[in-house]
Amino acid sequence: MDIKSVIELKARPEIPQFGPGDTVKASVKVVEGDRERIQAFQGIVIRVKRGDVNATFTVRRISSGVGVERTFFFQSPRLEKVEVVRKGKVRRANLYYLRGLSGRAGRIKERTRELPAELRVEAPAEMKEEAPPVAAPSVEQPQTSA
Amino acid sequence: MLRFPGIIGRKLGMTQVFTDDGRRIGVTAVEAGPCIVIQVKKEATEGYNSIQLGFGQAKRLNSPEKGRLKELGNLEHLKEFRVQGDAFKVGDKVDVSLFQPGDVVDVIGDSKGKGFAGGVKRYHFKGGPKTHGQSDRQRAPGSIGSNTYPGRVWPGQRMAGHLGARQATVQRLMVVKADASKNLLLLRGAAPGGDKGIVFIRKAEKRK
Repeated sequence: MDIKSVIELKARPEIPQFGPGDTVKASVKVVEGDRERIQAFQGIVIRVKRGDVNATFTVRRISSGVGVERTFFFQSPRLEKVEVVRKGKVRRANLYYLRGLSGRAGRIKERTRELPAELRVEAPAEMKEEAPPVAAPSVEQPQTSA
Repeated sequence: MLRFPGIIGRKLGMTQVFTDDGRRIGVTAVEAGPCIVIQVKKEATEGYNSIQLGFGQAKRLNSPEKGRLKELGNLEHLKEFRVQGDAFKVGDKVDVSLFQPGDVVDVIGDSKGKGFAGGVKRYHFKGGPKTHGQSDRQRAPGSIGSNTYPGRVWPGQRMAGHLGARQATVQRLMVVKADASKNLLLLRGAAPGGDKGIVFIRKAEKRK
């Protein structure tokens, strides 16, 4: 047995496929006192990190004039769902350059064309087996991780 | 004496799991058991109570080992656990169903060898200053004693030397998961030794 097969990754059909440059709305469960509620965080995905249980994505938004970045674990049970609000056209994987830009300079063009297959962020192989079979792969295909 | 034996396992490495409330905890994965009881010692015959367990598949056994294990299988690692052996007989299997999530265990294994290590790494000496005109003193041990009296270095003075590659025990790790179908144990925290190292797991001797 090896360490990779130890942790069973949870299938996350409620998390769609998305990549850097996309604007997403991530809903997280938050405990407030003794109540639990859903908190949404909307912004631009600036990084998607792979790595099984350690896979994360980072969302950046400007909140009352201040840049705020938040990193979410794909496997976290606190992460309720992710919605893709807008697809972005970008040419790199990590959009750290956005940190130095503000206002109009920090905009990202919308991507209307579908990405070629080799540029899509694929789910790790062991997770894809658990994903529901889908006839034709499309950007909207439900997947288990990015 | 405990009625609870221990188990022999192989460290697979570390990973992390999410708890239900979303916290991540670092865990050590151990492939533990199944172990086979190869001898039961009784106070009346051997002078103390214990059971001996064997684990793993040996490629080859020498003649004395073959004679000892007979038809019990080619077991690679043997270990004795001090328990009242009434509940066990030779040939019995011990697996991770011994453990429940929430149990507290001790893990014994051989630590990673660090070679000849200086005082800073070995005993957490502070080393010397970086500035104020100093040179070549950043990882020096400093003074090792007085002058005319005693005129020698006291026994036990901590100095550089060999570090690691000895038996180490980590006490009180919590069992996060025990999966008997996979012979898998997840323990919260770190265990001695490198991946693929052999570890012994027993119920924690100190209280929770």
